[in-house]
Amino acid sequence: MLSGISLPRPSVIGLNAAEVSETKMSVILKILIFPGLLFLFIVALAAQFIDRKISARLQNRIGPPWFQPLADFIKLLGKEDIVPDEANQRMFKLMPLFALASVVTAFFYIPLWQGYALLSFSGDVIVVLYLLTLPTLTFFIGGWYSTSLYARIGSVRALMQLFAYEVPLFAGILAAALLADTWSLSEMAVFYQKHPGFWVFNLVGFCVSLIALLGKLEKVPFDIPEAETEIVSGCFVEYSGRHLGFFRLSLDIEMVVGASLMAAVFLPFGMQLKPVLGFALFLLKILFIVSLISLARTVVARVRIDQMIKFCWKYLAPLALFQLLLNLILKGVIKS
Amino acid sequence: MHNSGEFKLPFGPQHPALKEPEGFSVALKGEKILGVDIRLGYNHRGIEKACEERTYIQDIYLIERICGICSHAHSSCFVQAVEEIAGIETPKRALFIRTLIGELERIHSHLLWLGVAGHEIGFDTLLMYSWRDREIVMDLLALLTGNRVHYAMNTIGGVRRDIKGQHRQKIQQAIGQLEERTKYYIDLVSNETTIIKRLSGVGVLSKEDALRLGAVGPTARASGVKRDIRCDDPYAAYGELSFEVVTDDRCDVYGRTVVRLKELMQSYAIVRQVLELMPQGPIAAKFGRKVPAGEAFSRYEAPRGEDVHYIKANGTDKPERVKVRAPTLANIQSVKQMLKDRYLADMPIVIAAIDPCFSCTDRTIALNYAHPAKKALLSWPQLHSFSIEWYKKQGIDFSKLNQSLRRTSD
Repeated sequence: MLSGISLPRPSVIGLNAAEVSETKMSVILKILIFPGLLFLFIVALAAQFIDRKISARLQNRIGPPWFQPLADFIKLLGKEDIVPDEANQRMFKLMPLFALASVVTAFFYIPLWQGYALLSFSGDVIVVLYLLTLPTLTFFIGGWYSTSLYARIGSVRALMQLFAYEVPLFAGILAAALLADTWSLSEMAVFYQKHPGFWVFNLVGFCVSLIALLGKLEKVPFDIPEAETEIVSGCFVEYSGRHLGFFRLSLDIEMVVGASLMAAVFLPFGMQLKPVLGFALFLLKILFIVSLISLARTVVARVRIDQMIKFCWKYLAPLALFQLLLNLILKGVIKS
Repeated sequence: MHNSGEFKLPFGPQHPALKEPEGFSVALKGEKILGVDIRLGYNHRGIEKACEERTYIQDIYLIERICGICSHAHSSCFVQAVEEIAGIETPKRALFIRTLIGELERIHSHLLWLGVAGHEIGFDTLLMYSWRDREIVMDLLALLTGNRVHYAMNTIGGVRRDIKGQHRQKIQQAIGQLEERTKYYIDLVSNETTIIKRLSGVGVLSKEDALRLGAVGPTARASGVKRDIRCDDPYAAYGELSFEVVTDDRCDVYGRTVVRLKELMQSYAIVRQVLELMPQGPIAAKFGRKVPAGEAFSRYEAPRGEDVHYIKANGTDKPERVKVRAPTLANIQSVKQMLKDRYLADMPIVIAAIDPCFSCTDRTIALNYAHPAKKALLSWPQLHSFSIEWYKKQGIDFSKLNQSLRRTSD
């Protein structure tokens, strides 16, 4: 997945040109450990815990202990994998890995602090959004090929929902990119560092994208593809054991990646801070966005798919377009 | 799945939206419901038959177990019919206590329903909140009767426990708390956009249809049918109490929610009146073991609607025939009507909106033969020999065991 993309620019990953040749090992370490798989795994489980704990406390429950997400994951790994006879074996087993790979890859392009992203090139905003769309497609394919009726209804709903929330999400994030006049996330971070306070103009886009993100993460009120009381659990109904574990993990990682993307694009303040402080601020921003997601999913009911599509096109899309227009005007003001 | 996009989705007998096994076969085109086939009978327990084998006193406890939510409704309904046949004059205080427990039961049932409805539309916070508040009334029932669910309060000729002076204050306090919470829920239901969006216009049952299909309870009242046994045919102490029959003209699930919430407020008022008006005196009249021959028909407004018991006595200590019609049986027909032209997503909440209790409703045994396809109803001896034959086919033969048992008993 990384081939075909130009080498990371030294200035972005914080290395001198001379050091690049001797740091192949360190790049591998970065992919596997930080900010790669291991780091994401830990943060994703922590985010899941925070999400569950906050919504539990809001619902007047005690909530799970801190190790519950890890325990759930380990338990799923140890369970028997059941693949339906009717299902397409290869597709059924491959889809969870595809979902996981795409969300982890997306994270490499997101600047965390000091404009720090593992990889960066002009146009990586589009790539990140594209990579974040892939999991939904894998849910669709996995659900469709598992041949269960519930899974098929869930898959179709997942795709229908995708067409509703993608446009506002793209428009919201691209509006911020438009203001920064770049298609690179890292350069956007640099721009907002130079012009502190400009992020305030993107607040409408932030709200729109956050709501659209709920749809992407299949959280209430947009958990329509999973809808336990209607179609059991939709796309995942036939999944069990390891495969289900990886699907769940990729959803959690998607939440972290989505939150980091929101933080990088819409809350780009304090990006100049030194590693330890910057890292803490990054975690705080993720915590803030995850809390907002938990809050949103706790205080509303699930809507119907037709209501969801209507809502996205009637309210979210025009708001996102308004943000685009606002940023176009702002850009003119800045130039003059 | 056919090419036309039409297919049949099995909704139950095992499904997360259904708390009891019940079969719905939904014909779908995309998300749209074309038709629904309802199949009862997964949870038949033969309680009516079992009642004929037991004495009247034993039957009270069996009848109470028809339903885990409206247990007091069923036992009161049964006891009323027996009292009518036996000509027993129930003391007034006992009638007031029955009314009190009946209203507390309605409160716990409606709060439970509110939570279930929240869960069905994916609003789990409402479930957690209303079930937490339901604990207040559950604790109160445990305090008054000793049990949370099967109160065992009724006996033929009265009740088994008295309401003592120190209970009064606790009841007042709990009712005050619950009233506050219910006001909050009424506020929530009238203001929360997603709830209104999911409930209004869903599962419409017009007044004509409600009358034609014989809907009862909150389902009928939300369609504008003023039908409440407490008012139409007062039993227990309801004749001496003043309360309002809540109706609504919305005819949809939202209307049913509003009716139930407003009924909660009425129930609080009734409980207060009962405490105020409850006379002193004995709590039970004397009842001999045997009931003279005769028959009686008794009606009771359970939280889900009108509950009907018919009892035929033959002069012994056991009833000749007990017939129960739980409110769900009256309401289940209307579900098909409510689901017309709706979406699959509305199915759980529409079914939940009649507050179904399927195990109370299941009663007949019909056999569906696969080859050749036919249906048959079996009599009791036929069913007995059918079961023996069925087990023999599986290679299990009890005839030797039966013979040896008969020999030892001889």
